[in-house]
Amino acid sequence: MAITMTKGQAGLTGNSAIAYAMKQINPDVCAAYPITPSTQIVEEFSSYVADGAVDTEFITVESEHSAMSACIGASAAGARVMTATSSQGLALMWEMLYIASGMRLPIVLTNVNRALSAPINIHCDHSDSMGARDSGWIQLYSETVQEAYDNLLQAVRIAEHKDVLLPVMVCLDGFITSHAIENISLIDDAEVREFIGEYRAEHSLLDTDNPVTYGAMTLPDTYIEFKLQQSEAIARAKDVVSEIGKEFGKKFGREYGLMEKYRLDDAEVAIVILSSAAGTTKVTVDELRKAGKKVGILRPRLFRPFPFREIADALKNVKVVAVLDRVDSMNGFGGPLFNEVRSALYELEKRPKVISRVFGLGGRDYTVKDAVQVFNELVKVAETGKVEMLTKYITL
Amino acid sequence: MQDKKNLPIGGVITKGGTAHEYVTGGWKKLRPVLDKGKCTNCLICWVMCPDSAVIVEDGKMIGFDMEHCKGCGICAEECPDKVKAIKMEEEAD
Repeated sequence: MAITMTKGQAGLTGNSAIAYAMKQINPDVCAAYPITPSTQIVEEFSSYVADGAVDTEFITVESEHSAMSACIGASAAGARVMTATSSQGLALMWEMLYIASGMRLPIVLTNVNRALSAPINIHCDHSDSMGARDSGWIQLYSETVQEAYDNLLQAVRIAEHKDVLLPVMVCLDGFITSHAIENISLIDDAEVREFIGEYRAEHSLLDTDNPVTYGAMTLPDTYIEFKLQQSEAIARAKDVVSEIGKEFGKKFGREYGLMEKYRLDDAEVAIVILSSAAGTTKVTVDELRKAGKKVGILRPRLFRPFPFREIADALKNVKVVAVLDRVDSMNGFGGPLFNEVRSALYELEKRPKVISRVFGLGGRDYTVKDAVQVFNELVKVAETGKVEMLTKYITL
Repeated sequence: MQDKKNLPIGGVITKGGTAHEYVTGGWKKLRPVLDKGKCTNCLICWVMCPDSAVIVEDGKMIGFDMEHCKGCGICAEECPDKVKAIKMEEEAD
């Protein structure tokens, strides 16, 4: 897709914006296997490779398992590595995701969120990336095309930060964000290069003068220490995400934090929601605010590591909270975001009531009407102090 | 293992050849026994051993590295029919 820019502004789909960011990042290696709805990322990036617009070694592989395996090998060789996938593709990468994070390889992956089979469905929900939430990858969820583009640039810095050295997954909503054209601000190539800097790996498998082994076996005498080391690294990533989000804001005028609070300061009831559906909820909040209702939104941007203290602090004065998950954990107790937000709030002396609503699975529309219904329900709980249904599917 | 607080990031081993230092021959059920009188030093066993556990010095087969031999018996199997200089014996005997 040709990119026509006027004063740094371009109308791009989420996929084109990601492919363009990858072109600007110019990774050493990209191993990928196209899958709906992330196909255009791989398609357009491979055009950049074919046109000589990047120096990237593009590895065409026979599956996503191989894609992630090739990314791991290349990253262990000291390369800056990127890939993109969706849904079943991410699921097929599963065992390799854990190997990438366990070997502390700063790979950057774009996941265009799509429902998992069965039944087969190509549309948006978060069952793919939420299934991988404990794989040791840092996860950023993007609301818009602009944020997806900005997140990808920051992801390189976060992953390669010496206190972190972990893979990062940048998520955006399938079709809703990946295929919708949005007018976004692109950063100049030279400024991107300066922002991401050069990557110098501590070790390289190709350095035959200093041979190293990656992926060696550890027994009960050390395995747990390596896991502690990894756990501390992902916990440290929280501050790194904040720092880099601030630096990005200073340089390019768009600052990013761990979460976005929308009209939350004096809100009595609030919705916690990820990604593009927050936009719909914001419109709803604006409308309800006009009618004098004290409603607000908390949109976590960073989901892994989970910023539990900051989330508890943001919600401490709210009376009732609905956590909307675009995925069901199939645990009989609400979605993953609900479980973690509710757990984070347990630390508070005076806790808001928290309910779980599962919405929009398999690309089902989530509209202003749906958000209004949730807010009305929250207001009722605030008035009566009684939760009638703790967990429920909406948008049915 | 050394100081557990200073383990290399991600379990990277920062030097080569460390497999030799790690003893892995402890679990074998059978052990190879060489009859030097029969051995012709053809070194087929040395070629075939998956664990590099056949010790050769000056072109001659001199025995096994029991700290790395797993007792798989490939050496005994591959030893030519006319020679059969290697026998597998129960480790327990």
